[in-house]
Amino acid sequence: MAQTTSVLAKRQKRTRRKNMDAKSFVFKILMYAFLTMAATVVLIPIISLVTVSLQSSDSSTTSLSWPTNPDWENYLTAWTKGDFPLPTLMLNSLLVALAVVPIGVTVSVLAGYAFGTMKFPGSSVLFYVFMIGLVMPFEATIVPLYYQLRSMGLINNLWGVILPEIALFCAFGIFWMRQFFMASPPALVEAARIDGANSFRILRSVLLPIAWPPVLTLATLMFIWSWNEFLLSLVVLDRSTRTAPSGLGTFTGQWVSDIPALSAAAVIIALPTILLYVALNRRIISGILQGAVKG
Amino acid sequence: MTNSTSRVNPGTKSPAPKTSKPRRRLRFRWNEGYIGFVYLLPAGAFFLTFVITPLIQTFNLSLWDWSGLQGAPSTWVGLDNYRTVLTDPESLSALSHSMVFILTFCVIPVTLGMTFAALFSRQKIAGLVFFRTIVFLPQVISSVVIGIAWRWVYQDRGTLNQFLGFFGIESTRGWLGDFDWALPAVGIIGSWVMTGLCMVLLLSGVGRIDSDLYDAVKVDGGGAFREFFSVTLPGLRPELTVATTITIIAALRTFDIVFVTTKGGPGKETIVPGTEIYRLAFRENEIGEAATMAVVLAVIVFTLVRTVGWLLRDRDGLS
Repeated sequence: MAQTTSVLAKRQKRTRRKNMDAKSFVFKILMYAFLTMAATVVLIPIISLVTVSLQSSDSSTTSLSWPTNPDWENYLTAWTKGDFPLPTLMLNSLLVALAVVPIGVTVSVLAGYAFGTMKFPGSSVLFYVFMIGLVMPFEATIVPLYYQLRSMGLINNLWGVILPEIALFCAFGIFWMRQFFMASPPALVEAARIDGANSFRILRSVLLPIAWPPVLTLATLMFIWSWNEFLLSLVVLDRSTRTAPSGLGTFTGQWVSDIPALSAAAVIIALPTILLYVALNRRIISGILQGAVKG
Repeated sequence: MTNSTSRVNPGTKSPAPKTSKPRRRLRFRWNEGYIGFVYLLPAGAFFLTFVITPLIQTFNLSLWDWSGLQGAPSTWVGLDNYRTVLTDPESLSALSHSMVFILTFCVIPVTLGMTFAALFSRQKIAGLVFFRTIVFLPQVISSVVIGIAWRWVYQDRGTLNQFLGFFGIESTRGWLGDFDWALPAVGIIGSWVMTGLCMVLLLSGVGRIDSDLYDAVKVDGGGAFREFFSVTLPGLRPELTVATTITIIAALRTFDIVFVTTKGGPGKETIVPGTEIYRLAFRENEIGEAATMAVVLAVIVFTLVRTVGWLLRDRDGLS
C-alpha cells in the first residue's frame, strides 16, 4: 500500500512537472492576482477606518492615507469623552455575551443530545420546528417580540436582549450539537448504558469530555453573534444601556463632529471579535462552513 | 466490543458484565419513553417564548389596526393592512430595493465564487489559509462597524474618490447622498461582505470533489466546459445551495447596514423591508402595517429559500 502510494506520488510529480508549462504558469499568476485583489478589496475599507481614526481630530478626510502625525489620542477621546459612553456600552455587550454564551451552549447541548441520540414521538417534527430559526428573518418577529418583552417588564433591561438571543442562537446550536452526538461512537454510549448509567450520567461523564471541540466552536460563534447583534438591542434598550454596536449605530447620525474619534470607537468595538477570529480562525471558519453545508 | 469500550468509559465503577447482550440495532437510541422531552425543555421554552410565539403573533397583529401604545384599543381590520402595504408605493419600492440587493448580495458573490472555484478547481493554492482568513474577515465584524467604514469610503473626500483620482476621474461625489448611486453603493457593501464567504464555501466544496472524475472527463476528451458542467457544477450542488440560500436571506433581511449608512435616504432611495418595519412600528406606531410588512417579508424569504432548494435539488440522486 505504502509502495503504491509512493509510486503514484512519483508519477504525479512527473506529470506535474510536464504540465508546468507556460499556460499553467499564466494560470497560476491569474489565480494569485484574483486572490490578492479579493484580499485587497476586503482590507481597504478596514485599513481606511484605522487610518481615519489616527488623523488629527479636526480632520474631515476619510480616505486611505497614513496621517503625517498619527494621533493616538483619538482612542483616548473615544474611550473617555466621546459623544457616547463607550466603556458602559462595551461592558453591556460583555455582560450580554457572558450570559448568552453559557446558557445558550447549555440548552443547545441538552437539546442536541436528545435529538442526536434518542428516539421519541415527534422528534423529527420538533427538530424541523427548531430549524425554522435558521431560516426565519429575525426582523419578521421583532414587532410582537417588543410588545411581549414590554409586558414581561424586560424593556430597558439587559435580560430583554439576553433571553431572545439565546432563543435565536440555539437553533444553530441544537443543529450543531446534534451533528456531533449523532457522530459519536455508539459503542461508547452502549457500554456505559449496560453498566447502568442513566442518560444524564452518560452525557456528563462519557460524551461531554469528548465534546469540547464542537462546544468551544459553538461558544465562539455565539459570542461573536451576540457581540454584533444590532436590531434587538436598538429596539429593546435605552440609549445609554445599549450594547456597543447598536450604541455606536445610534450615535452616527448624518452629521458627525469628530470623525477620527468615531472611527476609533468603531475600531475598539470591532477589536474583540477580530482578536477572537485571529486566534481561532480555523475553528470559526469551519464552524460556519460545516454548519451551513449540513443545514 | 463491550469489554474494550467499557474501559474507556470513565464513569464506570463496576467491571463490565461478562454476558454480552444481543445487539439490538446499529445506531444507539433510547427507546423507552419520553426522557428526550426533558432535555428539550429548556431550549424549547426559550424557542417557544421568543421565536414561535412572536412569529404567530406577527400574523395576528397584521390583522389589526393598533398604535402599540399602552392601553390603546385595537380594531380588527382583516386583510386591510395587506391591501395598504401591497399597494403603497413606498412598501413596493422597499421590496424592489430588496431585489437589487439580491443581485448584489447573492448573484454577484455567488458568481464570483463559482468562477473562482471553477477556474482554479484543481490548483494547489500556497497560502490558502492566509487568503481565506482575510476574505472571510467581514463575517465576524459588526455590521455597524462595516457600515461606518464604508460611509468613509463613499464620502466626498473618501477612498473611492481617491481611487478614481488615480485613473484621472476627478469626483467629489458623496456616493451615499446621491439619488442615483446610493442604492447600488449600499448594495456593493453586501457584495463585499458576502463574496469572501461564497469563495471560501465553494472552494472547500471543490476540494472535496473526487479528482478521478476530472480525469474521467479528460479521458473522454472533454474540455473545460464539459468539465465544469458535468463535474464541478453537480459536485458543488450542496455548497451552491447553501451559498445562495444564506446570501438571499441576508439580502432580504438587511437592516443594520442601511440603518448605519443611509437610514433609507436620500429621500427614500434606499429603504428596505427591514427599515420599513422599524419605521412603521417604532416611529409611526402603525403596528398592524409593520406586522404586515414582516409577514410579507417572511413569506418571500421562505418562498425563495424553498425555490432555491427546489431549483438546485439533487435530480440524479447522486450525492
